[in-house]
Amino acid sequence: MIQVHRKAVTGILAATFALTVSSSTIAPALAADPGVTDTEIVLGGTHPYSGPASAYGNIGKGIAAYFSYVNDRGGVNGRKIKYIDKDDGYSPPQAVQLVHQLVEQDKVFAMFDTLGTAVNAAIRPYLNQNGVPQLFVATGASTWGHDSAKFPWTIGWQPDYQSEAILYAQDVLQNHPHAKIAVLYQNDDYGEDYIAGMKRGLGKHQDMVIKMASYETTDPNVASQIATLKASGADTFMIFATPKFAIQAMVLAAQQSWHPVTYLNNVSAAVPFMNAAAKAGGPSAVSGIFTTVYLKDPANHARYANDPGMKLYNEIMAKYLPGADKDDGNYLYGVSIAFTMVDVLKRAGRDLTRKKVMDAATHLDEKDNPGAYPGVVIRTTPSSRFPITQMIAAKWLSSDWSPAGVLVDTRSMSMAEK
Amino acid sequence: MSPSVARPLRVAIAVALIALLPAVVPSFVVFDFVYVAVYAIAILGLIVLTGMNGQISLGHGAFMALGGYVAAILAHRLGWPYWIGVPLAAIASGAFGILIGVIALRLAGVYLALATFSLGVATPSFLKHYKSITGGFGGLSLDPVTAPLGIPVSGQLWLYYVAWAIAGAAFLASALLVRGRFGRALRALRDNPIAAISFGVNPTYYKTLAFGWSAVLAGIAGAFFAMTTAYVSPDTFTFALSITLLIGAVLGGMLTFWGALVGAIVIEFLPLVAQQINEAAPSVVYGVTLILMMFFVPDGIVGGVQRLTRRLVRKTPSPLPSEPSVLAASMAVDRPTRE
Repeated sequence: MIQVHRKAVTGILAATFALTVSSSTIAPALAADPGVTDTEIVLGGTHPYSGPASAYGNIGKGIAAYFSYVNDRGGVNGRKIKYIDKDDGYSPPQAVQLVHQLVEQDKVFAMFDTLGTAVNAAIRPYLNQNGVPQLFVATGASTWGHDSAKFPWTIGWQPDYQSEAILYAQDVLQNHPHAKIAVLYQNDDYGEDYIAGMKRGLGKHQDMVIKMASYETTDPNVASQIATLKASGADTFMIFATPKFAIQAMVLAAQQSWHPVTYLNNVSAAVPFMNAAAKAGGPSAVSGIFTTVYLKDPANHARYANDPGMKLYNEIMAKYLPGADKDDGNYLYGVSIAFTMVDVLKRAGRDLTRKKVMDAATHLDEKDNPGAYPGVVIRTTPSSRFPITQMIAAKWLSSDWSPAGVLVDTRSMSMAEK
Repeated sequence: MSPSVARPLRVAIAVALIALLPAVVPSFVVFDFVYVAVYAIAILGLIVLTGMNGQISLGHGAFMALGGYVAAILAHRLGWPYWIGVPLAAIASGAFGILIGVIALRLAGVYLALATFSLGVATPSFLKHYKSITGGFGGLSLDPVTAPLGIPVSGQLWLYYVAWAIAGAAFLASALLVRGRFGRALRALRDNPIAAISFGVNPTYYKTLAFGWSAVLAGIAGAFFAMTTAYVSPDTFTFALSITLLIGAVLGGMLTFWGALVGAIVIEFLPLVAQQINEAAPSVVYGVTLILMMFFVPDGIVGGVQRLTRRLVRKTPSPLPSEPSVLAASMAVDRPTRE
């Protein structure tokens, strides 16, 4: 009995070894530019539909809605877009596995709008090694524009956080030259990018910053940070936070009767967030706050009542995402970035290759994006890969953002950053 | 059939399946199975620590982070290859594990769970803080592993076989370690520490060593986790990872080493399968599955299968009806005490 089993064990192992050796020598051959047929273009994406950043999942839904709209009108150069969007839970290892699956199993033509700085940093080497375009990543880190020599297949879309912070710093220097600045920031790359930008904008006046407090995304609230910042005696307050904490910061400052001149980063400045803060902290919590804007505000119905871009957006939302809260700027972000994607596919032509798509993505001159703030042009060249660089300052007046001044182009700032 | 033969046969079948898998599944599934190997090594450590020795760790992600960052920093900053990085990661993590093990001697049950919990929670902040070494939130990118010169396989396939070879070695070493005196001492300290100590079992020695060995395995797993993803960041080793590992150990089965293998497969594929079942709410599918499994197989999948086979064996006339324990034992290091 024992003899028989020993033989069986040895036999299995020997056969396995032989099979393994023979099978492993067959290397997989890569076909040229998969994901495109006569009738279809396959794009892949990942978004955090679960986990701490799941609010951003609506961006993916907005994208899918716009692609459905385009497909119902005949698609792009005769091809329908198939968008395979997966839930990465905001986790880099999970995203890496999903991207392997999308590239190797689903044979996507390109990755589009993967979200999050860490997620995109994790998948970037693999995609660039395999020559798969990583288009319009949803993060404002400056590395996507800067490191194109090393990662030619990757490009961002939205303005970078550093440039945004430079604008706030310049506004302080111009309008409040004797300000004492307190800063609340998220303790990660996102917050640090803002801090770096603010310091660059202040230049030799960095001593105007008298107190900085950071929080972790796992913190329940920022009450102690706000108390510390208020106690510093600052009269100017910069909030570089994600929406939940930004709302808390505005409300808690008002509750502690602290009413500094406040600058709020635009990721957290959507109208629903401002309304939430006003509701919890009273009108004084939000009145007079500054931010910057590069997209239209879908919650501002009066301002954009006759705007053709917003009419299109509302029409798409009504038809393809009925029941969704179309005031949520994440949907508009999704529709707008999908518009740029379709624009690039159109320009790349009927004879579609990955190389041509990258070429189109680095020769953008898009003046008609439905969601972009009036006057914002989405523009790239092979040496300047920051698609959106124009922003306008805006001030909160009781119920909406009132743009103030003129569009500022931060391209020279973006290019200079590192 | 005697136990000594049944076990090698099972192991041989497992080895054969693992070795042949890349020939029959698509390449991205091979890639997923590298992660299965990684999780299996880490869960194996939890089974030794929690299942056999009764010390609960809610912070094993921290040991994985240590191993992962040691390997990543050596590779990224010094250009050292993984075959130096992995052993050093294991040593660093093991040393840290012994340190934590000494602290754990003074803590038991829920207090130990809380202490390790805080370790897991603090890890990402810690990694962000020392950014000159760890790269901060942006993390560190690594060059993907490639096969050595002359071996005509893709880097991914090479990594697969290396990871599973290491996993095999980890299983073998753990099996050798826990059989006999060491294993008996661990179980005795878990089930009745006072009796064990009065029989001369040295709790300091055994409990610390269990923690150390568990951390060695977690460190190796962390190093492979980093190399497979070719990137580490604080987001790679969140607190959720520690919980995921514990879920894997509990679902697989805490009482046999097979539980590590099964648990690793479950935690790797359940989230992916949950997405395909319901795209809108994968976490609901995941949660409901967990609850159902806890309800129907509280002793883990391996435990459930063992109960089922035992019941079948009892019902059908078998040539060896008197030895249900043979089926139960397989690679078992222990059996439920309630039997």
